[in-house]
Amino acid sequence: MRTINLSEVTEKVKNAVIEINYKLDDSLVALFNKAYKNETKELSKAVLSDIIENQDIARKGDVPLCQDTGVVVVFMEIGNNVFIDGDIYESINEGVRQGYKEGYLRKSMVNHPFDRVNTKDNTPAIIHTKIVQGNTIKMKIASKGGGSENMSKVTMLTPADSIDGVKKLVLDTIFNAGGKPCPPIIVGIGIGGNLEKSALLAKEALLRDLDDENNDKIIRTLEKELYDEINELGVGPMGVGGKTTCLAVKINYYPMHIASLPVAINIQCHSSRHTEVII
Amino acid sequence: MIKLNTPITEADIKSLKVGEKVLISGVIYTARDQAHIRLLDEEDIKFDVEGSVIFYVGPTPNREGIAIGASGPTSSYRMDKLAVPLMEKGLKLMIGKGDRSEEFRLEMIKNNSVYLIATGGAGALLSSRIKSSKVIMYEDLGAEAIRRLEVEDFPCFVAYDIYGNDIFKN
Repeated sequence: MRTINLSEVTEKVKNAVIEINYKLDDSLVALFNKAYKNETKELSKAVLSDIIENQDIARKGDVPLCQDTGVVVVFMEIGNNVFIDGDIYESINEGVRQGYKEGYLRKSMVNHPFDRVNTKDNTPAIIHTKIVQGNTIKMKIASKGGGSENMSKVTMLTPADSIDGVKKLVLDTIFNAGGKPCPPIIVGIGIGGNLEKSALLAKEALLRDLDDENNDKIIRTLEKELYDEINELGVGPMGVGGKTTCLAVKINYYPMHIASLPVAINIQCHSSRHTEVII
Repeated sequence: MIKLNTPITEADIKSLKVGEKVLISGVIYTARDQAHIRLLDEEDIKFDVEGSVIFYVGPTPNREGIAIGASGPTSSYRMDKLAVPLMEKGLKLMIGKGDRSEEFRLEMIKNNSVYLIATGGAGALLSSRIKSSKVIMYEDLGAEAIRRLEVEDFPCFVAYDIYGNDIFKN
């Protein structure tokens, strides 16, 4: 049994939220550069050029990438051989509190659907917990913006809708969202489970490595086909038209009821900010 | 590319055509959801709306020595209805991101105003073009307060012009 130092949890969460809001992953920047070379329309190139220049400026550490520094989402895997002597959720929230203050990040959480009073420290984080085997705690941490989240959706399809139904739903959702979710986007799709499980699958799919390959052949093919078909929609960078509407499509799936085909589509803007820490 | 200085004139509005890059210099004002709602009943607006430019943004807090934090545009569609009374008072340019309703577009043309977009998510880049920032109304709204910004070559693109063109449909 290994005892987890809760102050280490706070420190790592704090550092992670600051880091991700100033520095985009190199693999993502490589996709921006590839998209810039691939675009032919002057306006689409100009928008991508802004996006590339922006991450260069933010990297210096004075000003975050985007004014919407998001809601903090944590996927936590707790090893069965760790002992947590205290409230780990509060330790995570303390990390958020400190990180959003010290990192000069915007506090975007309000406490109530209708009062809408700001909590002033960007807490609470949205934390999902899973128990796994092992003696570590792994946390995938993301800052998720509101603009792209608002364009996301869950739909309960039926088995007869099949792959074509899923494709139509995804393409319609992305076309109708247009420039609002800040394309070029990353598309996280959760298929199966039930209502809430599909949404979790979609969110977690957004946190996959951009260049990983799905183990399932049918899903891998669907990811590739959707990637091409989404980019044929012509929405383009910030909706001004062009060849680059999405940078990646990631699909996670789970077994489901014989009557159901739940599909969740979670849209991530081009400023995909997430990392992983191990304690 | 067109360079504009504030305040915006009728001649400036006529010169703007969809898809063109515009660099704005001078004074612009920030306002987003809550500030727009309050402005509906406001009797003492602390800036001259005639010929003005409103930027839909809620910046991050700024570090010392830097005029303003990250300042990328927020989605404009939420301000569609709220923008109409301001355009009737002479608001000339709105800067945001994403498409807007057909009703808004028609009202905009009627009032001889123009909708510009800045690159969404480019908060650090846009911040670097803002030379000063001062809260002039609704300080209690925090990031949503109304700010007076001095900008230099603030980069935008014409999204809807007065000739009925739409950047998202080109």
